[in-house]
Amino acid sequence: MRAARVIPCLDVDGGRVVKGVNFVDLVDAGDPVELAARYDAQGADELVFLDITASSDARDTIVDVARRTAEEVYIPFTIGGGIRSVEDARKLLRVGADKIAVNSAAVDRPEVLTEIADEFGSQCVVASIDARRSTGENPTESGFEVFIHGGRTATGIDAVEWAKEVERRGAGEIMLTSMDRDGTRDGFDVELTSMISNAVNVPVIASGGVGTLEHLAEGVTEGHADAVLAASIFHFGEHTVAEAKELMASRGVTVRPPQ
Amino acid sequence: MTANDAPAERKPVIAVLDYGIGNLRSAQKTLERAGAEPILTSDPEVVATADGVVLPGVGNFGRVMEAIRAEGVDQLARDAVNSGKPFLGICVGMQALYESSDEDPEAVGLGILRGVIKSLSADVKRPQMQWNTLDFPKSSPLFADIDEDSWVYFVHSYAPEASDAVIATCDYGGIVTAAAQRDNVYATQFHPEKSGPVGVKIIENFVNLCRSES
Repeated sequence: MRAARVIPCLDVDGGRVVKGVNFVDLVDAGDPVELAARYDAQGADELVFLDITASSDARDTIVDVARRTAEEVYIPFTIGGGIRSVEDARKLLRVGADKIAVNSAAVDRPEVLTEIADEFGSQCVVASIDARRSTGENPTESGFEVFIHGGRTATGIDAVEWAKEVERRGAGEIMLTSMDRDGTRDGFDVELTSMISNAVNVPVIASGGVGTLEHLAEGVTEGHADAVLAASIFHFGEHTVAEAKELMASRGVTVRPPQ
Repeated sequence: MTANDAPAERKPVIAVLDYGIGNLRSAQKTLERAGAEPILTSDPEVVATADGVVLPGVGNFGRVMEAIRAEGVDQLARDAVNSGKPFLGICVGMQALYESSDEDPEAVGLGILRGVIKSLSADVKRPQMQWNTLDFPKSSPLFADIDEDSWVYFVHSYAPEASDAVIATCDYGGIVTAAAQRDNVYATQFHPEKSGPVGVKIIENFVNLCRSES
């Protein structure tokens, strides 16, 4: 059977979980490992930690988060943010991370996906794609364009073509964030999600815009995503992962029931 | 709970074969949680005296086989299997026990289990990267007290072809081998160390098999 995964996402800055709207106005949401253990207990299928630490001095804090998480939780977790090389990946995988997510570095140098996949296997390489609807005079063919640097820099690359390329280069999964929706709570961009999910043969994680549990179900039923990712609806105690799964199951989505 | 109820009992020592590939930390901490004393090693003496052996593995089959041979872990695995002590292969560590894989037809497996590793159906997304439920075509001590339809975590694009050794399957674009056993050799295509409480219980079952050997 095909079962959709529910993945809480934790943005980590200097070792703390933060959440902002469109990457600004960051609010402290707690200790990453405590939150990770709570989501595990609620029935989360996987976890994603995105390191948004700006200062290079504090970059090793994410390695410590990975190490401590591996001690506490017995479900798979992914670390993303600032990973540029096989060595960056190795540090995180060695301490217990299952997958690493590569974003801007893959656009700068797509070979890095192949290098990491050759070293550790495609199953641990997640290509993180931030996409926006094309605006202006030169829209891309699909109407969606890849952005990097936290959504600030346009690349001119077509999002669907890029998704096919990252698969070809060895990514075992795609984490797709709609930068138009991220932080808005208006729901996934299901048009973008289904376009990408149908264009590739690797699993796609839908991300960006979840404001209600209904949105999570839509990511699968309309977006054809293999997994759905959300942050703030879980962090501030609005909803548990168990509630999310109950709602999704009631909409006909197969999920692993919470224990 | 078996491990913690009997603090006086010696913890079974389990050699986790280290050949420089994979997330060994996860297997190690799950074994600790399950009441064992895991040692990451490629030292023949350590493996020879261990109560049980785990062969983890992730990534490409050919590359894993190459690394296993480069570190002499192929002979360690064969000796451990022949000694009769409980042996557990996980994911590509399971696949390595077979004869060959369609992922890398030139690469030669350990041949401890009969058969070939085949690609998952082209009708479904690959890798299978998700939780799925288990069916048990026959019983095995590895799944003592585990309910059929329990959910476990898979990440793989290939799996062993059907054989008499299969003790668990899942449904993913067809019936897929999820676990196998031949005598003292156990193997799971899924990741028990990433399968929450169900996975910890499966590892506990393996640790108990090692305990009764020691």
